[in-house]
Amino acid sequence: MSAAGQGALRRREVPVWRPKPMIRSFWLRYGLVVGAVVYLRLALGSIDVNWDRVARGWERAKVLFEGFARPDFASRWEFIQVGILESLAMTVVATALGIVLSIPFAFGAARNIASPPVYLLCRGVIAVARSFQEIVIAIFFVVMVGFGPLAGVLTLAFASIGFLGKLLAEDIEDIEPSQLEAIRSTGATWFQAMAYGVVPQVMPRFVGLSVYRLDINFRESSVIGIVGAGGIGGALNTSIARYEYGTTAAIIIVIVALVYLGEYASGVVRKRVQ
Amino acid sequence: MPLNPRPDGTVSWHKRDRRRALATYFGYLVGATLLLVAWRFVSDQTLWFFVADAPRQAVDLVSRMFPPQWSYADRLWEPLWDTVNIATLGTLMGIVISVPIAFLAARNTSPHTAVRQAALVVIAFSRSVNSLIWALLLVSILGPGVLAGIIAIGLRSVGFCTKLLYEAIEEVNPKPIEALTATGSTGSQVVAYGIVPQVLPAFAGIILYRWDINIRSSTVVGLVGAGGIGIQLNASINALQWDRVTVIFVMIIVLVLAAEWVSARVRGAIQ
Repeated sequence: MSAAGQGALRRREVPVWRPKPMIRSFWLRYGLVVGAVVYLRLALGSIDVNWDRVARGWERAKVLFEGFARPDFASRWEFIQVGILESLAMTVVATALGIVLSIPFAFGAARNIASPPVYLLCRGVIAVARSFQEIVIAIFFVVMVGFGPLAGVLTLAFASIGFLGKLLAEDIEDIEPSQLEAIRSTGATWFQAMAYGVVPQVMPRFVGLSVYRLDINFRESSVIGIVGAGGIGGALNTSIARYEYGTTAAIIIVIVALVYLGEYASGVVRKRVQ
Repeated sequence: MPLNPRPDGTVSWHKRDRRRALATYFGYLVGATLLLVAWRFVSDQTLWFFVADAPRQAVDLVSRMFPPQWSYADRLWEPLWDTVNIATLGTLMGIVISVPIAFLAARNTSPHTAVRQAALVVIAFSRSVNSLIWALLLVSILGPGVLAGIIAIGLRSVGFCTKLLYEAIEEVNPKPIEALTATGSTGSQVVAYGIVPQVLPAFAGIILYRWDINIRSSTVVGLVGAGGIGIQLNASINALQWDRVTVIFVMIIVLVLAAEWVSARVRGAIQ
């Protein structure tokens, strides 16, 4: 090949390498960008911020940061102590109640063992329990049984039914069917089939889920007090309303420490059972 | 399986040997005691006089909730739009903050162990404080409004997104990174062409998952004044207008289910 020919080749074909676009379709790629820009404009435009109020808030933010630098555990210690104990007690009772109540719903919501009407009913209950945030459920129970930790227990137990019921039902649907069939073919009653064909297969997962839910229930028990359902949330709300940010910081630090401990412990337990 | 000889020569079989069995029973005993002590505590703080009234209250409440005041829905479109914005902009804020922290927290990209530990503390703190608590604090600082909600949701999202993202970064395949380093790439080039393409799909999934969670949270941050449909919920409850509360609930459920659907569909499409 002549030198001139090689030169022409080089001039024609040395494209710069570019990474492949993530979204192959041109229209979708730029459509998404345009859509995002339009949405951001509209969304940011609809926030009206009272900058005066924000500027005044800055002073309070400084006080809050100072509070975190010097948390005040002492002056409201009694409230903090009662609140934390209440949160822990609510968590324990609600989780136990939730576990007991979620089991029948989970069996009812497993397609492979429940009849269609039972399945639909149980799925419905679980869907309702899962759709609402704990704090909304708490408002209801406070109206029904009055202020205090009982409302919190009922709230957390109800939410636990949704969580544990759904996840346990999925586990039951995923079991190895041959074991259940083997037990059934020996002429086992329904209860025996469940006890020896299903329960051993889902038990380790269920223990793990229960411990996980215990952890979640403690986190939630720290906020439902805002609407009067017991626990440390009430004390937290009060301390913020009184601008006692030192106490606020102390409460938040206690919550973070306990949540962290709980998460660690639940992680250890879940690793051991699985 | 341990066997126990009986005096008459037969054996009985057990799931556990004696020591294990005793330990298990002891565990149950501790659990049951804990439960009873906790229940006692709850019970002591409860006015049972009110509780006896609960069924009547429940019936009363439900009867007030129906029929729903559907005309109220007309006034809910704007709060609903705010709710979606709180979730979306909050997620956006969470992402912007969490990306750098995730690179600092991942073992293979962190510049120093001390930096990594500091990043892990930030993650733990953000994750442990519920978005409602963030909202309470921010409303007290910034005043009520959508902005407090967005920041509350954003701060809560940081820990979640960072944790999942740094775990994804730690799990990347090291071979492309090695290959890039061998060509003499700079650190930022290694990140841009070796790590980012590997974690991008996981990252998109994390964002959508968090957005779905944030839609749920943003429906309630208004209860403490941080904007969105929760403000109307709080106002209706305080005014005992339960027929309006029903309408709000229907809207919340529809929004939550729609968000779950969208998030699941998009995640399915990209992964």
